[in-house]
Amino acid sequence: MTPNLHLWLIPLLPLVGATINGFSGKKLSRQAVASVALLFSGAAFAMVLYVASRFALLTTPHIEFLATWMRAGKFQVDFSFYLDQLSLVMLLVVTGVGFLIHIYSVGYMWEEGGFYRFFAYLNLFMFFMLTLVLASNYLVMFIGWEGVGLASYLLIGFWFTKDAAASAGKKAFIVNRIGDFGFLIALFLLIQHFDSLDFGQVFRSVAPISPETGGAGLLTAVGLLLMLGAAGKSAQIPLYVWLPDAMEGPTPVSALIHAATMVTAGVYMVSRSHVIFERAPIALTVVAIVGMLTALFAATIGITQTDIKKVLAYSTVSQLGYMFIACGVGAFSAAIFHLMTHAFFKGLLFLAAGSVIHAVSGEQDMRQMGGLWTKIPWTFWTMTIATFAIAGIPPFAGFFSKDEILWRAYQASWVYWFIGLFTAFLTSFYMFRLWFMTFFGEYRGQAEGGHGDSAHGHLDDGDTRAGAPAPHGHGIHEGPWAMVIPLVVLAVLSLIGGWIGVPGSLGGGNHFDKFLGPVFHSTTPAVDAEGHGVAAPAEQETEGPEPRTGHSTELLFTGISVFAGLLGFVLAWLLYYRDPQLPQRIATSLGGFYEAVVHKYYIDELYATLFVKPLIAGSALILWHGIDQDVIDASLDNSAHGASEVSDSVRHMQSGNLRSYAGWVAAGAAAVIAYMIWMGTR
Amino acid sequence: MTHLIIFLFFGALCVAGAVNLLVQRHPINSALSLVVVMGSLAVEYLLLGAEFVAAVQVIVYAGAIMVLFVFVIMLLNAGEEERSKGSRVALLFGIPGMLIGSVLVGWVLIERTGSQTVAAGALPGAPRTIGWLLFHNFLLPFEVTSILVLIAIMGAVVLATHPDTDAGKKES
Amino acid sequence: MVPISYYLVLSGILFACGVTGFLIKRNIISIFMSIELMLNGVNLSFVAFAAQWHALSGQVFVFFVMVVAAAEAAVGLAIIIAVYRTRETLNIDQVDLLKL
Repeated sequence: MTPNLHLWLIPLLPLVGATINGFSGKKLSRQAVASVALLFSGAAFAMVLYVASRFALLTTPHIEFLATWMRAGKFQVDFSFYLDQLSLVMLLVVTGVGFLIHIYSVGYMWEEGGFYRFFAYLNLFMFFMLTLVLASNYLVMFIGWEGVGLASYLLIGFWFTKDAAASAGKKAFIVNRIGDFGFLIALFLLIQHFDSLDFGQVFRSVAPISPETGGAGLLTAVGLLLMLGAAGKSAQIPLYVWLPDAMEGPTPVSALIHAATMVTAGVYMVSRSHVIFERAPIALTVVAIVGMLTALFAATIGITQTDIKKVLAYSTVSQLGYMFIACGVGAFSAAIFHLMTHAFFKGLLFLAAGSVIHAVSGEQDMRQMGGLWTKIPWTFWTMTIATFAIAGIPPFAGFFSKDEILWRAYQASWVYWFIGLFTAFLTSFYMFRLWFMTFFGEYRGQAEGGHGDSAHGHLDDGDTRAGAPAPHGHGIHEGPWAMVIPLVVLAVLSLIGGWIGVPGSLGGGNHFDKFLGPVFHSTTPAVDAEGHGVAAPAEQETEGPEPRTGHSTELLFTGISVFAGLLGFVLAWLLYYRDPQLPQRIATSLGGFYEAVVHKYYIDELYATLFVKPLIAGSALILWHGIDQDVIDASLDNSAHGASEVSDSVRHMQSGNLRSYAGWVAAGAAAVIAYMIWMGTR
Repeated sequence: MTHLIIFLFFGALCVAGAVNLLVQRHPINSALSLVVVMGSLAVEYLLLGAEFVAAVQVIVYAGAIMVLFVFVIMLLNAGEEERSKGSRVALLFGIPGMLIGSVLVGWVLIERTGSQTVAAGALPGAPRTIGWLLFHNFLLPFEVTSILVLIAIMGAVVLATHPDTDAGKKES
Repeated sequence: MVPISYYLVLSGILFACGVTGFLIKRNIISIFMSIELMLNGVNLSFVAFAAQWHALSGQVFVFFVMVVAAAEAAVGLAIIIAVYRTRETLNIDQVDLLKL
């Protein structure tokens, strides 16, 4: 007898918080708004912990039915919730990190206008994300999918009076939409062929189908289209362009949505659909290649950016590429492991960056920073831990997850491994570059002695500021406790978070992989003896799965990746600590190539010329002038004009002369009589 | 035979009166022609046996309404009609329309009735029978028409009141 | 024995004369009298049909028509008087202020 855990409460609680704050937040005090937001997101987290505590009692997958949504013949969609190990991991990450970021935001946004609006949107985002994770069919997942896109748009454009922020919000939403188009077509295909969108039903129907090794078939199409959707949401090539622009939003938004949770929705969706992907090797290969190219591409851009948040944004794109490489080689649990650790350290990086920006009064350009490590020690130490984690230095979290991905990638093809390794080197390099530029050397900015507010695009909407801290005039300082505590918690997690996935070669039991085992290995027949499912990419048919015979090979590769990380550290130390003039000389010597990289390979300009401008021009010419003005408006205008003209000609009948009226009456009467007689004789 | 002769004679008288109404230029002549028409019609009614209607025709129509007309003509001192610019529409559309309409209607009626004949005095037109109908089957219309007449009286009084009278009353 | 159609033809002629008068005449009062002529023509056809179908309600209808004609004449003439007072003319072609 499966217990009813009332899973519907988990998404509902933040929704209640969003509703309260959204509708009445304007009249509440800041403390009340913050309390409401923290209460409901915290309650969701507590609920998840409760579910986790009872998890062992459940049979997975645990499905809770709420109501039927629609029914059309054989096709039926229900509002029901799906809980298995994968959902539980995602739930813990989303609610845990989400709650911490809510706490951080209370401190960060305290002096902003629109305080209640921010928390309403944040809670709304939590609702949609939790719906996405808990969904038991693709359509409810799509609700969450679209909803997080909406919340992202609202939050990116939070300071909507700023042109750049409003445009960034629009860009995010529109690019997402392109991906959603792919997602929808995939759903239509599923409905057409399997008469259902329910996970259980679809996967059971798909399971007996043998892998499409010969050529592209239905599952390949579905897989590719799902990947298109994931590419939009998780910022992969070619739809990654919105993520760097999304940095216009407040930093907690970047941390929560564009690092820890929303952008991982694509990875989650691909992992959830692993049954389909494992039977479509071509699609899987495409996933891996896209991930690989994106990882490399974004990392190269990241090393040239000067805005601290943009570096982190490109880093996120790159790390998401890693997760897709993992998915593409069939190592879905490794992808989820990296998703989890990435949520910890990337979330921490963004929050710490926010703390830095707050400390230097809104400056985001790293060239204006430096020498901050003595002044903001908490931020410094937590950010250091996060930087080591992302660079893949043991024993921090990122090392274990990234290493797992690289090892599994090697088993599929050395190309993946090599690119992944090179990208790891670049990752380490640009992260330590950020670290050195921000915290070391001489301070190059102007924030001493005043507290400007250039990063906070102030929106004053008249809410009270009871309890706000007095305006500071005393230079660079640490943020309030509300901002520091989440940093510390995330730092601890970045340190120990990888320890549940220590692989066998290093003496651990890889508990994480085992935990997710039932999800990824129960329905696929392609499982080798040791329980690790491997999908054979089409061009690797001759090779087959690599048995884990010797741990020595794995240890060798582990050593190589650690070496790459350390190499990045050394290079960054050389260029940004020892000899700060060197980067400039290298840049000028590389000339045009460097310029291209700094300008992000001119991709935005390319898209603008290829798609945006023609679309706008076509829209203006055809839709606006051609249809809206010349057809719709014109028809209305002309019909009104016509009516006016007709009445103008008819009014001459009213001449005021009674005899003419009589004449008309007589003629009309004659006509009516004639008609009636004619009708009578028919 | 006699029936037919009387009918034709008074019918001719009707038509003559009607045409004279059209031809005469002074309204008083037209009014008197109309009286002739009404009298002839009363005889036609009698021929059909509708005595009550004939009587009412003479009393009310010829006796009251036409008298009212004559009074008004006298009051307003209406003179001969002047020539004035007419309405082209009336002549162009009206006359042909009227002709067409009446010809059509006439044709239909004649075709339908064919050669059915009616004897002289065919109707039981005694006042008693009509009264019975009025007060039983047609009671509601009867009462409504009485209210209509009341309203007409009030309307006529209000419309025709001399404007000076009110002012004079106010001043005094 | 007179055929019904004769009565109907007579009624039609009277009606046609009434309409013609309405269209031709210039004096308002003459126009009004043409209207009365039309009503009379109609009355005749009512009674003729009543006689044919032996339906007494035809005569009752004539009664009502007469009442209405009387009311209408009263009110109409009152209006004519009012118009004459303001316009000082009985020529219908000169009472054309209601034109658009």
